Amino acid sequence: MSYIIDRRENAKKKSTVNRQRFLRRYKQHIKKAVEEAIHDRSIKDIDQGGQVTIPKRDISEPVFHHGEGGIRHKIFPGNQEFVEGDEFRRPEGGGGGGAGQGKASNQGEGEDDFTFNISQDEFLDFMFENLELPWMVRKQLKDATTFETRRAGFTSAGSPEKLHIVRSLRAAHARRIALTDKETRQQIRALRKELWALEDTSPSPERNEKINALRARITELEKSSRKLPFLDDFDLRYTNMVRVPMPSSKAVMFCVMDVSGSMTQSIKDMAKRFFILLYLFLNRNYKQIEVVFVRHHTHAKEVDEQEFFYSRETGGTIVSSALALSADIIDERYPPADWNIYIAQASDGDNWDGDSATCSKILTERILPKTQYFAYVEITTGPHQNLWHEYEHVHEVFKEQFAMQQITDAGEIYPVFRRLFEKRTEGTHESA
Amino acid sequence: MNQPKARQPISTGSDWTFELIEAYDREIGRIAADFGLDTYPNQIEVITSEQMMDAYSSVGMPLNYNHWSFGKQFVETEQNYKRGRMGLAYEIVINSDPCIAYLMEENTITMQALVIAHACYGHNSFFKGNYLFRTWTDASAIIDYLLFAKNYIRRCEEKHGVDEVEKLLDSCHALMNYGVNRYKRPRPLTAAEERERQRSREEYIQRHLNDLWNTTVPRKSDDEAGKLPRFPAEPEENILYFIEKNAPLLEPWQREIIRIVRKVAQYFYPQKQTQVMNEGWACFWHYTLLHQLFDEGLVTDGFMMEFLHSHSSVIYQPPFDSPYFSGINPYTLGYNMMQDIRRICEKPTDEDREWFPDIAGSDWRETLMDAMRNYKDESFILQFLSPHLMRELKLFSILDDSSRPTLRVDAIHNERGYRAIRESLSAQYNLGNREPNIQVYNVNVRGDRALTLRHYMHNGQPLGESTDEVLKHLHRLWGFDIRLESVTPDGEVMQSYACPPQAHELTVESIA
Repeated sequence: MSYIIDRRENAKKKSTVNRQRFLRRYKQHIKKAVEEAIHDRSIKDIDQGGQVTIPKRDISEPVFHHGEGGIRHKIFPGNQEFVEGDEFRRPEGGGGGGAGQGKASNQGEGEDDFTFNISQDEFLDFMFENLELPWMVRKQLKDATTFETRRAGFTSAGSPEKLHIVRSLRAAHARRIALTDKETRQQIRALRKELWALEDTSPSPERNEKINALRARITELEKSSRKLPFLDDFDLRYTNMVRVPMPSSKAVMFCVMDVSGSMTQSIKDMAKRFFILLYLFLNRNYKQIEVVFVRHHTHAKEVDEQEFFYSRETGGTIVSSALALSADIIDERYPPADWNIYIAQASDGDNWDGDSATCSKILTERILPKTQYFAYVEITTGPHQNLWHEYEHVHEVFKEQFAMQQITDAGEIYPVFRRLFEKRTEGTHESA
Repeated sequence: MNQPKARQPISTGSDWTFELIEAYDREIGRIAADFGLDTYPNQIEVITSEQMMDAYSSVGMPLNYNHWSFGKQFVETEQNYKRGRMGLAYEIVINSDPCIAYLMEENTITMQALVIAHACYGHNSFFKGNYLFRTWTDASAIIDYLLFAKNYIRRCEEKHGVDEVEKLLDSCHALMNYGVNRYKRPRPLTAAEERERQRSREEYIQRHLNDLWNTTVPRKSDDEAGKLPRFPAEPEENILYFIEKNAPLLEPWQREIIRIVRKVAQYFYPQKQTQVMNEGWACFWHYTLLHQLFDEGLVTDGFMMEFLHSHSSVIYQPPFDSPYFSGINPYTLGYNMMQDIRRICEKPTDEDREWFPDIAGSDWRETLMDAMRNYKDESFILQFLSPHLMRELKLFSILDDSSRPTLRVDAIHNERGYRAIRESLSAQYNLGNREPNIQVYNVNVRGDRALTLRHYMHNGQPLGESTDEVLKHLHRLWGFDIRLESVTPDGEVMQSYACPPQAHELTVESIA
């Protein structure tokens, strides 16, 4: 006796809880892998999920087992040339293994690593963890492009609940009119009138004969017009809905960074997180994003991402060179009518003394009128540098567009974004 | 008699439908009954590959309590599967009544028929017939018990926190292999009884424990302690059981969880001891049953080709020097032994008559059934491995003595080696040899309550490198010092471990 059961529709993901327990337990390892990914990956690939590797040693579950040593007999299959009494050296590394036993992976120090993938969601969760983002913002960052469903006329195919009754009946009516000819209908009407007239007269065999003939004729004519169905399949009209991606505009993001000698690798890594966050935010809001990297010391240069973060150059610091270059690029390639322009600048705040005034001039005249948002982060633990003081004046004038923040660790990156999100999500201005 | 229906195959394509599965199951079931296979009713469940991975990673059970290690298993399986490094098992079958077998929806109808023959009639009849399963597990109660365990542990997590429960389960899992009664037979309980008794047990144990520890008095001198009778009086092999009943500091819910882990370990204990037989039995029967289908004209040549292809890859044994070699394939060994017994019964040679006088020429069905019912891997090999099969598999034995610089081939498949090889191979499947024999030896009842374990060494083999880690888990459960001594058969202590690392060694050194 057998029962056959289809379980395919049953709850899937039974292991979800166990999987989460596992991730929770190895949080530190995963966090490290995510940090590495942030460091190694291009900004544009950051939200891809990722691979996490944990040394087998850390993950094994200990049990009592025999170690190497002692006496043991082992049986192997597939003997070719051995005879009783043969002796040979122990295979390297295997110890208790015996001839060619599959222990190669344990040789020497090299240990197998346990590698697995985490999804995009999990990856972002871990990445946001020490950024202290509010939950709402996290959610917004993780959401894929949103679509809006809009009406777009009528179609002849669709699901029943989209059926448009008025349109369908109108089409049916039109079809019926089109398929029966006018003459037949007029003929029927004329014959009916004749019939009614006859019925009013006094009965006689002749009249009865005539009436019967008329009736037969009318039935015959009606038959041909009745063959047309009242409502046919192809009369049906459905409301047409299309999914429109929202919003669909374009944005360009400028990453501007000081690479003078005073910027250490850890400062650069923090700057990278800041840029990533901005990128993710823009990614959610705009369909197409371009990223422009501008690095500068005494003069500025447009570079690719690799060079931006990792090539080493030293020199003095003239911030205005980078601002001027950005302004040039905007003029050349990104007309503000077509592009939403965002600029994120990271620096340790150190600038050549005579240059700060030039910076605020370029900002107020050439850049801020064209950009959506300019975010400046000063990554330093010391007192504010001269560029900061200069920028404070700019902030007075362009409160809406210009944000500045001093960052000493990653947790402070978010406040810079708060204004930006408030503007986007609630439409209110920052009050304090 | 069911006569062939004029060579009308059940199906010709490769796609399966529920009707076809039913038809195959009916025919295979009929043939199995003709051969005399006694089975539990079957519950055949069709699942997706994702569900198969889920089942895989909760040790093949349809439900289980939550623990990170199952998540690890899942992640690993998923990773390997996605990369195409391994195919999923075609089937999982659960020793329950009714016997639950999973079929994967991705399989062809041939594979489904193969799985039905293999799992629903092969494994199923083994579960029902073999003495180990009959005495150690209760097929009708296991699903209910797991449900009870899952709910109980979930409630504990709500009450005491996930971390606390997780730590406890980690420690229990580390000692899971030592949570079984190897010799004593447990009394099977139903889930309902289990629940009923759980509450009264909590109270009783707590009271009982208090009595035990209340009687302790301050230690007077070490000499006196040495003369006292040991506790437990006899060494206890079931470490988890001992802890559940005697650890002084555990809460009632902690004892209950230890008990759950113990019960689950006990349930899987027979499976560990009958892998060769169980798989061999199932392979033998899927081979025999499907051939019978073919002989009756119920399946096509194409069906047989596909089936034989899977069959031969399952029972393939790579030679010892192949890169794919990872020990003796239990499917190969088991299947070949089963076929070999049939051969000995049907066409015995003079050699067989000499080696197996009692079964040579007997009825093969009765002989096989008898072997299935009354043996486990160790005794099965010792009893039935024939010289013929040893030659066929070209078995040889290697002696690895760590005190000698070289390995030695001490027996090969020839007249002088047969018995030695058979004995060594049988010993290889003796759980007592595979897992270190560690037992609870003594508790210092009148002193620091330290727990002493003894490792009775086998062939001078020491313990592996994770021993200290396991002792930490044991220490968490027991709550007081743990000592472990490896002793030789002469009673000489070769090595001792302690958790926490022994303080008095330091003091001795500082005095000296």
